[in-house]
Amino acid sequence: MSQPRADKDLLIDRALGKLPEGLFEARAKEIAEMLRLHGHAAAASPRPAGRWQEEIIAREIPLGSRVLDLGCGDGFLLERLIRERGVRVQGVEIDPEQVYSCVDRGVPVIQADLGTRLSWCPDKSYDVVVLEETLQTLHNPREMLEEMLRVGKRGIVSFPNFAHYRVVVDLVARSRMPVTDRLPYRWYDSANIHLLTLRDLLDWAETSRVRIVNGYVLADGSPRELRPDDDRVAEEVLVVVERT
Amino acid sequence: MDAREKTNNRESGPDALDSVGYTQAKTIRLVDIGTPMDLELGGTVGPVDVEYETYGELSSRKDNAVFIAHALSGDAHVAGWDKDAKQTGRTWRQRKPGWWDTIVGPGKAIDTNRYFVICPNVLGSCYGTTGPASIDPRTGKPYGVSFPMVTVGDWVKLHARLLDALGIARVCAVVGGSLGGQQALEMALAFPERVERAVILASAARLSAQGLAFNAVGRYCILNDPKFAGGDYYETGGPDAGLAAARMLAHITYLSDEGMHEKFGRRLQTADGQKAGFGIEFAVESYLDYQGRAFVERFDANSYLYVTRAMDYYDAAAAWGGGNLVAACARAKGQFLVVSFDSDWLYPPGDCKELAMALARNGAPVTYANVPSRFGHDSFLVETQKVGRLLRSFLAH
Repeated sequence: MSQPRADKDLLIDRALGKLPEGLFEARAKEIAEMLRLHGHAAAASPRPAGRWQEEIIAREIPLGSRVLDLGCGDGFLLERLIRERGVRVQGVEIDPEQVYSCVDRGVPVIQADLGTRLSWCPDKSYDVVVLEETLQTLHNPREMLEEMLRVGKRGIVSFPNFAHYRVVVDLVARSRMPVTDRLPYRWYDSANIHLLTLRDLLDWAETSRVRIVNGYVLADGSPRELRPDDDRVAEEVLVVVERT
Repeated sequence: MDAREKTNNRESGPDALDSVGYTQAKTIRLVDIGTPMDLELGGTVGPVDVEYETYGELSSRKDNAVFIAHALSGDAHVAGWDKDAKQTGRTWRQRKPGWWDTIVGPGKAIDTNRYFVICPNVLGSCYGTTGPASIDPRTGKPYGVSFPMVTVGDWVKLHARLLDALGIARVCAVVGGSLGGQQALEMALAFPERVERAVILASAARLSAQGLAFNAVGRYCILNDPKFAGGDYYETGGPDAGLAAARMLAHITYLSDEGMHEKFGRRLQTADGQKAGFGIEFAVESYLDYQGRAFVERFDANSYLYVTRAMDYYDAAAAWGGGNLVAACARAKGQFLVVSFDSDWLYPPGDCKELAMALARNGAPVTYANVPSRFGHDSFLVETQKVGRLLRSFLAH
């Protein structure tokens, strides 16, 4: 690390110690700015247009397959999948307003919470089960991951990576729960009750007979394939998984 | 369960742009006396005439039919203003439009510019379709309680005959609330090829023990009114007190505690306070008294017995799945919209959801929504905006 550093704070050194060589230099200015804003929410990083996961999910879903979307929100993804991939879909969503939006889009949706087993879904009854930005909001995320792999032949899981350098810097610099554009809520009004990291997900896969078929990350505002050293640079993660 | 009363004017009367206007019922003989219809619980019935109404135009491909099934005390007069109300003695229809006028009409959620809407009165009821008050051709006198026991399954078989008569092979949707929802479900299970979509509102695959209990008390009131006279009361004047009491009880089950509190509270009907007697003092007493008396004017006590019994007996799991609802729902082919209302204690959300899940388990595309409402079971008639939005969108896809 040859370039002059904006801050020599030991804590930050430690927090960023695991960043790959060169990574910090490229982001020194941004991190310095975050530290300058000490006590305030971090400035937003560039955001890709639309929801990046949906491009990838649409590619990953086989034509004409059966898709279950757990926490399907307003049905935007499923409507797109019906249109572009000719799939048979079923959504599940707890928020009544979102349920109405699904019906407006012609997306079949069951208003239910994901706190319990999907007893109404037979084993392997869907080709793909999607948990898009939902996992970290669940009371029993591990149980729902198991359910996803029971009822689906494949699962697609996406979530914000809590080990992303901006999250880490924000936490260390402000000593408060990180507030970033990907994690925009305060601790008390956040739906994210089980935040996790890319590494946590990979650990779970390794210990749960789960194979990562494909992995993608959002890094520096752009989606790309998952690489081995993405722990601190992945803002968001999307993996396609299968039971081994 | 009455639709909210409306006054007859340009904005909400027959001349309103979104009203189907004046309506005239039709009657069709669907079962001839020589070839009576076999009934689910044994016996036969014939002849059978069915009164029904239609709104809108049937498309040349006959693919835009929306079949509406009415609830316990309902009739074929879903929307608009009955042109024949005076001649037929159904004078209450002069005061208000059909029971689902808020939902059915030009530009409304069930848009009669787009759909051909059909609703028949059910067998055993008292609005023009053969029932206990009809003349038994064997005796030349009203059937009374010698009318055979009829079921939801029998109704739906008869409704299929009506569709045959209209040349409709498959309905775009069958829609019903409460007991009408059970007819919608039954049509989807009995005639899966004929149902593209089914909408089941405030209803379930069977009535709960609590629901059975309410019906039992209602019938008790009628059966134990001295004027009931074994159901043979058409000459002597019917069991009005019993029928009114049954209706009063039923009305309580259509509302919710919260809704009643809001509508009536403990308010007294008159300003001069409590009278230390047993007259009608509280606003809620007055409301029930009115509902009871209005019902006696328009409903036949024997029909009330038959229709509530059909409601009791309906059990989709027993009829089609050997007691297993998931197995029963395997027959279904269309798309489903199941809607419950959180303050409904007649068909509570859990029972509605159980049905939705049984359909989903078979891979049918299902939408289940639990609508927050304080109007209890009546919500399906009263929550016009929410129900209307769901219906409009569901029918459009």
